Amino acid sequence: MPEITRAEVAHLADLARIDLSDTELDHLAPQLVVILEAIASINDVAADDVPPTSHPLPLTNVFRADVVRPSLTAQEALSGAPVEPEQQRFSVPRILGEEA
Amino acid sequence: MTELTRRTAAELAEALASGETTSVELTQSHLDRIADVDAAVHAFLHVDAEGALAAARASDERRASGPPASTLDGVPIAVKDVLATRGLPTTCGSRILEGWVPPYDATVVARLRAAGLPILGKTNMDEFAMGSSTEHSAYGPTHNPWDLDRIPGGSGGGSAAAVAAFEAPLAMGTDTGGSIRQPAAVTGTVGAKPTYGGVSRYGLVALANSLDQAGPVTRTVLDAALLHEVVGGHDLMDSTSIDQPLPAVVAAARQGATGDLSGMRIGVVTELTGEGYQPGVQQRFDESVQLLVDAGAEVVEVSCPTFVHALATYYLILPAEASSNLARFDAMRYGLRVLPEGIEAPSAEDVMRASRDRGFGDEVKRRIILGTYALSSGYYDAYYGQAQKVRTLVSRDFAAAFERVDVLLSPTAPTTAFRLGEKLDDPVAMYLNDLATIPANLAGVPGISVPSGLADEDGLPTGVQVLAPAMADDRVYRVGAALETLLTRRWGGPLLARAPELAPALRGASA
Repeated sequence: MPEITRAEVAHLADLARIDLSDTELDHLAPQLVVILEAIASINDVAADDVPPTSHPLPLTNVFRADVVRPSLTAQEALSGAPVEPEQQRFSVPRILGEEA
Repeated sequence: MTELTRRTAAELAEALASGETTSVELTQSHLDRIADVDAAVHAFLHVDAEGALAAARASDERRASGPPASTLDGVPIAVKDVLATRGLPTTCGSRILEGWVPPYDATVVARLRAAGLPILGKTNMDEFAMGSSTEHSAYGPTHNPWDLDRIPGGSGGGSAAAVAAFEAPLAMGTDTGGSIRQPAAVTGTVGAKPTYGGVSRYGLVALANSLDQAGPVTRTVLDAALLHEVVGGHDLMDSTSIDQPLPAVVAAARQGATGDLSGMRIGVVTELTGEGYQPGVQQRFDESVQLLVDAGAEVVEVSCPTFVHALATYYLILPAEASSNLARFDAMRYGLRVLPEGIEAPSAEDVMRASRDRGFGDEVKRRIILGTYALSSGYYDAYYGQAQKVRTLVSRDFAAAFERVDVLLSPTAPTTAFRLGEKLDDPVAMYLNDLATIPANLAGVPGISVPSGLADEDGLPTGVQVLAPAMADDRVYRVGAALETLLTRRWGGPLLARAPELAPALRGASA
């Protein structure tokens, strides 16, 4: 079982898009080590031929009839926007880097 | 007249049907009770007096002019804050959703409204249902009505405490690893986790899709069955919803209440008793087993060897699914948006990072990072892939057990309610609370927790869990109701009658 280092936690936080402070990293990294140790036991439990379960009950694709159903109005869909919508659209910060 | 707030939902439904009371009167009684005790209990994050009373008036008018919308028409309910409620704040106990008012109802909520149940408010929970104590709520913990210094369980501690403190006769919870059943056990109440897919997940803010299931939180088994019947059944809006009729849960609860279990085969799970279980919990469990034997059940011990790996499996699968689900909180379309300090013209990604840092609490961050780790390349096979295989083995253990017995039995939680703060910063100790409840979520089978008494060493409630095969929810209600009847007879009344009185807060007296 690989150890998880503080630098790795910082990298994972980056992947998960969370700005963790140094204090948070100091606190989290050792806790994750302990959690990983606690869950390491499952490594040898299942033989190679055991199929994985992604879902508790067997299901095949579920389709519905292609008919119009009631849905949210544009105003309702925009009602939770963190800043005032513009022209019936969500207003977001720039999405591209400055030097493109 | 028994005080209205002390009665069961079934009794209240009868009182409404006979005209002894009105929905407005009993909704107001519960709102008064909330005003009296919730400052101390903190079961609610939001109380909707106006909306509840309007729904109650509509219910009374309906009854006056024709048939009621359902058996429970007019009986008020509290709803866990993870279920979307149109026009009512839905925060999931998180800062990132502070003040969010959904533009739609969860199917469960829509069914409650259609059945005429006034919604009293939204109940407290661990942030995004991650926790076993409600201490991970961003809005402060809920307190156990049996001892205000102790946890009410989690994640649905608010719903359990609300019914235990007589603030609501009914509540809705959700159970991903035990969040309905464990709070029931430590508050002396009843909590049922239906078969996965038995109750719609549409509008239930997802923690782990393959594990989440909404279900009833009540004071009696019959009340849980009545509520299950209102909210359960197929829903086109949830592709994992089971397209089959609901099992006859109310009839099963009534049958079980006769106390006769002749012909029922019950298995006690070897791996979920003994070591790691508090003596008082084990003692009450053993007595419950004996009562079931006396009631005519055939009880055998059944081994489910891979259950010992269920906890580890769960703490890989859950964070993996949660880290994906919580990626939707990107500060763009709803929820908290924080502009990072010291960055001029921040990008959407900068804003997302800052918002998620500010908006998520410690436990949510821990699990997102853990899930990101388990899903990252190089570790996927060793962790997530392996966990999915062990999940198969857990299901096989259940299948083998249910060839021999009709239901399985174990203590619901390994201990009684611990003190607030005791395990807050020790994640592994906190995770151990879900030891006995997790296998059911991994396999999708139904379960119920019913009170089994008070532990000798601390005088706090203990619970027994009944598990059945998928779609055999009726069995957990039958056995749960039988145990409830036999124990209540022995106690000379419901266990909650022994809970300490909560001192009412001063209300409206001062200027």
